[in-house]
Amino acid sequence: MTELPRSYADRDVVARSFDLLGFLSRYGTVIALVLLVAFNLAFTRNFATMQTLNVNLTQVCTIVIVAVGMTLVIATGGIDLSVGSLMAISGALAPMIFMGKILPIGNIYLGVAAAMLVSVLVAGLLGLFNGWLVARFRIQPIVATLVLFIAGRGIAQVMTNGNLQTFRVPEFQWIGLARPLDIPAQVIIMAVIVAAAAWALKKTLFGRCILAVGGNEKASELAGIAVSKIKIAVYGISGLCAGLAGLIVIAINSSSDANLVGLGMELDAIAAVAVGGTLLSGGKATIIGSLLGALTIQLVRYTLLANGVPDAAALIVKAGIIALAVWLQQQHRG
Amino acid sequence: MTRPPDGPSPLLDMRDIQKRFAGIPALVDASLCVRSGEVHALIGQNGAGKSTLIKVLTGYHRKDAGQVLFEGKPFEVHSPHHAQVNGISTIYQEINLVPLRSVTENICLGREKRHYGLLDWNAMHAEAEGLLSRFSIGIDVRRPLGELNTATQQMVAIARAIGFSARLVVMDEPTSSLDEREVGVLFSVIRQLKAEGISVIFVSHKLDELYEVCDQVTIMRDGRTVRSAAMEEIGKLELVAAMLGRDVAAVEGHATAFGERDRSGIGNVMFSARGLRAGQAVRDVSFDLRRGEIAGFAGLLGSGRTETARLVFGADRANAGEMTMEGAAYNPERPADAIVAGMGFCTEDRKSEGIVPEMTVAENLTLALLPKISRNGVLDEQRQREIVERFIRELGIKCSGPNQKVRELSGGNQQKVLLARWLAMNPKLLILDEPTRGIDVGAKGEIQRLIRGLADQGLGVLMISSELEEIIEGADRIFVLRDGISVTELEAEAANEEKVLTAMAHGTSASSEAAT
Repeated sequence: MTELPRSYADRDVVARSFDLLGFLSRYGTVIALVLLVAFNLAFTRNFATMQTLNVNLTQVCTIVIVAVGMTLVIATGGIDLSVGSLMAISGALAPMIFMGKILPIGNIYLGVAAAMLVSVLVAGLLGLFNGWLVARFRIQPIVATLVLFIAGRGIAQVMTNGNLQTFRVPEFQWIGLARPLDIPAQVIIMAVIVAAAAWALKKTLFGRCILAVGGNEKASELAGIAVSKIKIAVYGISGLCAGLAGLIVIAINSSSDANLVGLGMELDAIAAVAVGGTLLSGGKATIIGSLLGALTIQLVRYTLLANGVPDAAALIVKAGIIALAVWLQQQHRG
Repeated sequence: MTRPPDGPSPLLDMRDIQKRFAGIPALVDASLCVRSGEVHALIGQNGAGKSTLIKVLTGYHRKDAGQVLFEGKPFEVHSPHHAQVNGISTIYQEINLVPLRSVTENICLGREKRHYGLLDWNAMHAEAEGLLSRFSIGIDVRRPLGELNTATQQMVAIARAIGFSARLVVMDEPTSSLDEREVGVLFSVIRQLKAEGISVIFVSHKLDELYEVCDQVTIMRDGRTVRSAAMEEIGKLELVAAMLGRDVAAVEGHATAFGERDRSGIGNVMFSARGLRAGQAVRDVSFDLRRGEIAGFAGLLGSGRTETARLVFGADRANAGEMTMEGAAYNPERPADAIVAGMGFCTEDRKSEGIVPEMTVAENLTLALLPKISRNGVLDEQRQREIVERFIRELGIKCSGPNQKVRELSGGNQQKVLLARWLAMNPKLLILDEPTRGIDVGAKGEIQRLIRGLADQGLGVLMISSELEEIIEGADRIFVLRDGISVTELEAEAANEEKVLTAMAHGTSASSEAAT
């Protein structure tokens, strides 16, 4: 134990009384999750089974992966509406490549590898384009990403002529269907991405810069941080995450429909981030929070469905949770 | 307090106005008396209460106490609109009209002419043209406002005010974004208003303009009206002294903690700037900074001090001029370039440009240092902790620890964190913009001693301050800026308050009162 600097001793810090709203906004998501699990253990039949766990996890995977990228974007004070459309583009592009519609590739493994790599990279490049609009032209993120939100799905439909692409290619579909060690592959992918992003945000120069840019852009610029590059990078990462999520969705479905892949994903991801406790104005972000946020929303839906509440009503509850989470955040800030 | 001589009863008489925001007094005892057909200057330093007084007058703020008489009758204003329909119009420096709509629509906004319930465009265009022609401004009133230049937009705003049959027009720094020719046009419009018996309250920091166009001046300081006089009765020096609260004749002893300084350690010129120019704010600034020297920038608000500092640090780009750093040409495109050259910059606006409020003391302190405390992009937390704890100890930053949120610290401790942010970089040149603004007396002394200690160690310090004693007692060399031009350079030994004030008022330290 090293000797504490002297100035710690004469601390003139305000003694903090217990702040309920502050406590709730910090741990509310965890508490909600615990309560939901407890409720289900008590009232939902067959809840404590591996099957239930797997169903919930596989359903939530793509949302979490997209929410990771979204968390980084929101941490810089931005937002990315284009993620659903980018999923559609990567979901449309990959089958065209591994089914040889663009270039006949003899080896199926080579074809699948090219399909995965190219479609995820294309989504990443489109993400960089979003970032370029935001950083270079100072277009409001919600408007800049609206461009690809609208055009992206159109591009996916044009690429496929609006046709449904169906396939049965196990060499590709492992990312949605394989179960190494009895764990769904996409859950492993999700866990790796969440862990990597959480580590990067906390421990790396890049992560620190993201939070600084979101926390005070002018101060960051004056401290020599390359604000534009950071912004472009987070949108690029968000694009990569969306691209990957698009592949998982089509692998699960054994088909790709440009009209449906990733539909509404931007809102699910933003909801997960907001419920998770990331400040929507930037500067404070938690990847694990976004994971918990996505799990909470998923579990609420599952609980209601398993107990006979229709999906439409579940939507209303979901909206209520988001409103509550955002309200708690505001209380804590003010 | 002087009141203007009794003539015809004044158009506007605001007496003993008081206003507090969250318990903090903004106006303590403010008065303003404007006669009909008078151009009345309202001046004061930042925080003197000018804008609050204007906002009380125009209905943005409700006064806590005091009396307002307008046209001889008590006047309780409810809202800006209420003020406007009663004949008080305001023209802001940022024109708050609708840029995409036509000139006519802007002039007639809120009192459109109707003909059987439909808008009567012909009548409105005619009215707009009529109003503008009174100032000899011939523009197509059908054009969108946004296509016109700033000066013309301002004329449109004035025409709009007249259209509301204004008796009193308040102009808040109307010339700040105008060039010389446009200022001339504005002044002829003001004279036209005056000729028609309309009064003008003119807020500006440019002294020459006041003497050119104003009849009467009211000077505010710390929420009080300290002086009101006819423009020709008060000299520039007296005006500046009253604004800053200095008695030109008597200068007290030491008011700061800088102390006596041994100047033998000052070395060769490290940084020099020649003929810097950027927009309207910086027009011709030249200065040198030596190793181990504290150079002070003095000047009134709007004299271009901060803008010059931003050019040096690469936060804004110069249109013209040359800079050298350690003998080599220096032309920063962004702050990162300045940092590489060995500079640091503590901003005047701690809240919006300095601290990252959601981050901890440690994270704020190392913000500029990040590349140096990371290996392959991964932060070295051990080094970060060592550096942060060292600076917390050395600067005596009062906090519960490196992980306390910086926004929970007092202003003085936040300022120390920002100083530490740059000191941790081992800079050669440190730019400090208002280093002791808004912090308590104790912390102020500590920071002043710290600055001196840094200079003693060979650091070049460029210090901007609105507090005269800080400049005079702290700086080894003083550069006075006036309207974006570096007008005078004074050695510490030769400097005194009178010389600095004179230079701020007249542009040279040698000229006498008679020159005006």
